[in-house]
Amino acid sequence: MTAATLVAPLRLRAGGFRRRLGDNLMAYGFLAAGLLCFALFSWYPLVRSITLSFQQDNLVTDPQWVGLDNYRALFADPLFLTAIRNTAEFTGLALIFGYAVPIGLAILLNELRHFTTYFRLAVYLPVMLPPIVSAMLWQFFYDPGQGLFNTLLHGAHLPESQWVQSPRTAMLSLVLVSTWANLGGSTLMYLAALQSLPPELYEAAELDGAGLWQRIRRVTLPQLRFIMLVMLLLQITATMQVFIEPFQLTGFTNPDTITVMTLIYRYAFAVNQDFGLAAALSVLLFVVLSAFAAIYLRITRERSA
Amino acid sequence: MAQRTLVSGIALKTPVGRTVYLTVLAVTTIVVAAVFLYPVYWMATAGLKTPAEFAAQSVTVVPEHPSLAAYRDAWDHLRIPHFFLNTVYYALGGWLVQLAVDVSAAYSLSRLRPVLGKLVFALMLATLMLPVAALLVPAYLTVTDLPILHLNLLNSPWGLWLPAAANGFNIYVLKRFFDNIPNDILEAAAIDGATRGTTLTRIVLPLSRPVLAVISIFSIIGMWKDFLWPMLIMQDPERQTLSVALQRLSASSQVPPTEMIAGMTLAALPMIVIFVIFQRHILGGLSAGAVKG
Repeated sequence: MTAATLVAPLRLRAGGFRRRLGDNLMAYGFLAAGLLCFALFSWYPLVRSITLSFQQDNLVTDPQWVGLDNYRALFADPLFLTAIRNTAEFTGLALIFGYAVPIGLAILLNELRHFTTYFRLAVYLPVMLPPIVSAMLWQFFYDPGQGLFNTLLHGAHLPESQWVQSPRTAMLSLVLVSTWANLGGSTLMYLAALQSLPPELYEAAELDGAGLWQRIRRVTLPQLRFIMLVMLLLQITATMQVFIEPFQLTGFTNPDTITVMTLIYRYAFAVNQDFGLAAALSVLLFVVLSAFAAIYLRITRERSA
Repeated sequence: MAQRTLVSGIALKTPVGRTVYLTVLAVTTIVVAAVFLYPVYWMATAGLKTPAEFAAQSVTVVPEHPSLAAYRDAWDHLRIPHFFLNTVYYALGGWLVQLAVDVSAAYSLSRLRPVLGKLVFALMLATLMLPVAALLVPAYLTVTDLPILHLNLLNSPWGLWLPAAANGFNIYVLKRFFDNIPNDILEAAAIDGATRGTTLTRIVLPLSRPVLAVISIFSIIGMWKDFLWPMLIMQDPERQTLSVALQRLSASSQVPPTEMIAGMTLAALPMIVIFVIFQRHILGGLSAGAVKG
């Protein structure tokens, strides 16, 4: 027992309310800057986002309440449906590649007993590049005339592709860039999870005669279930907000690849300068993403409880 | 001795096991190099090629007549040093502001426990669930005209620094770390007459070095990689970050491709250097941020 635990009750009795008030003021003094930043740049914008979606605001004249006009205008805009369809396509494709590949890659890398540092550094390297640099780099690769990919296809006597220029392959091409640039992070997280698995499980399965595939299906994957679920939700929310790839590689005006985020950008900053309309779309995106966030919160809380 | 995984050590020692293992190892090594390293290598070496060799586009692995001309041109024409210094200034400033704001907030919530502290902490954590993207427009409008103060932070570094300080993840990690510092140490300091401020700077911070290192690295990398927000806030081309300036130049002018790629390499280089130096912290920090499996 330390002296302080004996002193504390005395201090309380002697100090009373004024001491507690002083302590609280001191505590809020330390907290003030943080409160201010959160209030200004997180809490207030959330409320503002909702009110703004019912207003007409172009930064020139005073904002006016217009009821549901922004939402009506949004649903009447053919680009709105296109953007939703494109975003769904991007998220779906990104899940097929960006979700399955890191799991398989992590299981594979976990078995390799050589060059472990090399694999980790190599897989994570693209994550360190500024995302706009990755997008610009792939723009050179996709170049239909003299890009790296068509040069390779040409060398292998395969038909060349228009990549981002063709509506058929544009979305897939964007997904490839994004997957390349991001999958290192999830791969390493799976790798960390794999390394904490108890080896007895594999030993027991092997004694029971489980082959390699059986061991992956019945031991590895069930053990990864929780982190797989978390990564799934994180990936859905991240890919639904995709911006840089369509912005840089195809432009925010191209209806073939316009996404919800590039449409928000287009409404607010590029074409329309209509902040109310952009806010209405933000609110819809927010509602959908909150559903995923709520599920995420629930499963992580259940797990830690 | 590594612990056993999917495949047992015994299976690897059989002749067949060894052959399969070595084949898989070789194939994986090459595929990983081709997929992840080669594009970055291509970028670094494309800047060494002459425009003629670049345009020829036979897949040359080693440039035929390597020359630093494109890098020199990028350095001068694209004004890399200017935008580089802008980015360093924003990243370091943002890092310091983030540390100052988040450390003192986490210290208050963890150690000084004010009335309603739990509610404040919950509200800060809740922002982790807020999609940054959905707040883009109102956050931008807030920066152009701060409530009550009516300041316009467009083109001011504070427009990048203050929003970055509202970081629920930092506060969560710091608070959890501070919570685990034994009470005895802090009480002993209090008896020796240390104020709250000196306890923080002389005792809590030195003990927190590992967690501060992780937060620092991630904050600097985050500021360096950011694109959309700096593009909106730094509208004056003179004040742009390297990423934003490169993107603007690539879209608006006729920069020769080798020169542009050299500029991109220079923009990526600092992060690669940081990565090589701090790889342990960065790869370790990934799991610090991850949920426990």
